[in-house]
Amino acid sequence: MYRILKKEVLSDVTKLMEVQAPHVARKARAGQFIIVRIDEQGERIPLTIADYNREAGAITIIFQEVGKSTMQLGKMEPGDELSSFAGPLGHPTDIENYGTIVCVGGGVGIAPIYPIARSLKEAGNTVISIIGARNKSLLFWEEKMRAVSDELIVCTDDGSHGRKSLVTEPLKELLEDKDRKVARVWAIGPAIMMKFVSLATKPYDVPTTVSLNTIMIDGTGMCGGCRVLLDSGAQFVCVDGPEFDAHKVDWGSLLSRLQFYRDEERKAVEQWEHKCKLEGAIAEGGK
Amino acid sequence: MAELSQKERMKIKRHDMPNQDQFVRRGNYDEVALGYSLETAREEAERCIQCKEPKCVQGCPVGVLIPQFIKALREGDMIKAVEWMKVKNNLPAICGRVCPQETQCEGNCILRKKGEPVAIGRLERFVGDYELAHRTCPLEKAPLTGKKVAVVGSGPAGITCAVDLGREGHKVTLFESLHGPGGVLVYGIPEFRLPKSVVFGEINYAVECLGIEIKVDHVIGRTFTLDELLNEYDAVFLGTGAGLPSFMRIPGINLNGVMSANEFLTRVNLMKGYLFPEYDTPVKVGKKVAVIGAGNVAMDSVRCSLRLQALQAQKSGENSGEVHMVYRRSRAEVPAREEEFHHAEEEGVIFDFLTNPLEILGDEKGNVRGMRCIRMQLGEPDKSGRRSPIPIEGSEFEMEVDTVIMALGTSPNPLVFVDAEGLERTKYGTAVADNETGRTKKPRVWAGGDVVTGAATVISAMGAGKRAATDISRFLKGEAPW
Ligand SMILES: Cc1cc2nc3c(=O)[nH]c(=O)nc-3n(C[C@H](O)[C@H](O)[C@H](O)COP(=O)(O)OP(=O)(O)OC[C@H]3O[C@@H](n4cnc5c(N)ncnc54)[C@H](O)[C@@H]3O)c2cc1C
Ligand code: FES
Repeated sequence: MYRILKKEVLSDVTKLMEVQAPHVARKARAGQFIIVRIDEQGERIPLTIADYNREAGAITIIFQEVGKSTMQLGKMEPGDELSSFAGPLGHPTDIENYGTIVCVGGGVGIAPIYPIARSLKEAGNTVISIIGARNKSLLFWEEKMRAVSDELIVCTDDGSHGRKSLVTEPLKELLEDKDRKVARVWAIGPAIMMKFVSLATKPYDVPTTVSLNTIMIDGTGMCGGCRVLLDSGAQFVCVDGPEFDAHKVDWGSLLSRLQFYRDEERKAVEQWEHKCKLEGAIAEGGK
Repeated sequence: MAELSQKERMKIKRHDMPNQDQFVRRGNYDEVALGYSLETAREEAERCIQCKEPKCVQGCPVGVLIPQFIKALREGDMIKAVEWMKVKNNLPAICGRVCPQETQCEGNCILRKKGEPVAIGRLERFVGDYELAHRTCPLEKAPLTGKKVAVVGSGPAGITCAVDLGREGHKVTLFESLHGPGGVLVYGIPEFRLPKSVVFGEINYAVECLGIEIKVDHVIGRTFTLDELLNEYDAVFLGTGAGLPSFMRIPGINLNGVMSANEFLTRVNLMKGYLFPEYDTPVKVGKKVAVIGAGNVAMDSVRCSLRLQALQAQKSGENSGEVHMVYRRSRAEVPAREEEFHHAEEEGVIFDFLTNPLEILGDEKGNVRGMRCIRMQLGEPDKSGRRSPIPIEGSEFEMEVDTVIMALGTSPNPLVFVDAEGLERTKYGTAVADNETGRTKKPRVWAGGDVVTGAATVISAMGAGKRAATDISRFLKGEAPW
């Protein structure tokens, strides 16, 4: 069992947790992920490592409540325990001094882009970061990102904070700017955002790395459920990734595969909300 | 019972296994084969003619002392039967249920030439179940040696190795990447064929008696590397299995509705997807499922598909659908256990023999809508002695399906080899290890089971775990230096 040490509410639907998992914290590096299972009935949920503290043996995860499991996780509190916590999984990010790089984090993707930006900065890169979300209430870690970036651009879709635009707009301007000489781009966020970042950087031939969040089960290369189609054939995101060259990814196939269990996910959420309501009502009645 | 003559023994007919009704069982996940009663088991045991040179034992990969345990059983001495069994086989309740007896012990039984072989597998299961329920043969532990061994992977190879080392008094830590132990016995083989209570019964008992420590959620190659384990432990055994699925190299494999048998079976068995939404992991099959392959994995996939369809139909009130098994060779070459084939047939699987998919077809949303296939015929036997399938020109046709499950074999899990310098591998990805001792090319590292042989059987994995444990123990005592 793995104890939750700390919880922070970053936005209505985004939560941060620090979990006691010394076996993972020992070696965790930017770009890797963990698999968590809440309880005996739980599914195996892959989450990117947002931060780690080797001395304390703790791993920070950040998640958006998008389905039944993440909603349930969001209700847990410090002191509660998780059934499984395996990792660190996947390859870490290749950190080198590339020159000027752009880190794009969209929505909950701001969490995993943070340790990458930090490591790239420590390696001597000039780091320009772009973070974005649908609206102000979904943004988080602005100051943390600013602290590890030479320049930070904040966008929201509705203009409620920072610039009113998608993350791809400032990205294109940076790529256009000949003085900037952008050597590489990292992008983490919703699949559709990563697709458009990929389309944006392609004409400029700037190497672009994305971290894919396909559906996973074991996370150890045993099921192939996480496979992604690259121009060279299928690869397993959990062992070959999670980072891939964005320009080689078949985005159509990726987006369609993410939808496969949508009906089941909806059903699970309905059932969960119903159960929470019932429990709430019983608690009310008991007063 | 009075002592029978050989002739009288041979007149007794082989006893059928009582099974759950074929129509009822389609709608549940309960065990199909219900097991012999003591009376039936003793009567079946009377059929054994106690050969002087028992051929059955030669057919068994671990050489179970078959005539001895059967004799004790028919004399009603269960304690003795268990003792004989446990000399060579740690996990009889498991092996009795899943071994391919028809090509091993029963395949060699003398009575088979004249009629039907003694039901050795069913008797083995009976003895194993007796031991599970009564624990007449406790696991005893030798005085502690102060040596530490890491066993990686908790399938039959790893469990057997851990238990034998624990009995010798070594301190054993079992590392498992998934959230629970058992390997294929838990994530692959379904409940209706091997109840998980049997597997956990064996594992928990070993942990309790021998103080084996199990560390789940530890992925060797990531959480710790092999070299890190070697710094901490005196010896390391790798029983990491062959779980990496292969996909056919045909167009359409990334469509929605195409999955590996491993994914499908893991969702169903390990994650209990058939109990969704009580359990969180969904699993879905459509109305027309095609499973490609005809091994045990394919058999388990068709039978799980049938059950899921029946459960879905019970909820929706619609009819349940069809499950096809698509195999490029013919009935005679089917590699699965005979009993599984028979059960699948009874449960209503449709077999498409001599058929090979060429392409999986998708609709505009990226979902599977069909499969383009070609008919095959059998040519000359190839190197393996099996007749190789040859496509019949012009015989292409389309099959309407919405789910495709690939059960085409697997290769070793790759992660354990990460940063494991000196651990030699073959071009098939299997670890190179000595067949007798299990020693790899890397000092103080042993390996056995599917990681060495490629996908094989429970009993051969168990045998390899046992042989390695013997050698590791000798090494640790200084009797067999590296
Ligand atoms: C669906 C199915 C049905 C089968 N039916 C039969 C049958 O009826 N009869 C029969 O005899 N055989 C059957 N087999 C084959 C049989 O199950 C295997 O041959 C046997 O389980 C192999 O045992 P093993 O111990 O080598 O490996 P496994 O059982 O595969 O166990 C390996 C374990 O190691 C773990 N592991 C892997 N990598 C790592 C790592 N890096 N770090 C930590 N842990 C790791 C895995 O998670 C797994 O738990 C079947 C196989 C399948 C898939
Ligand atoms: S999640 Fe199963 S292979 Fe990647």
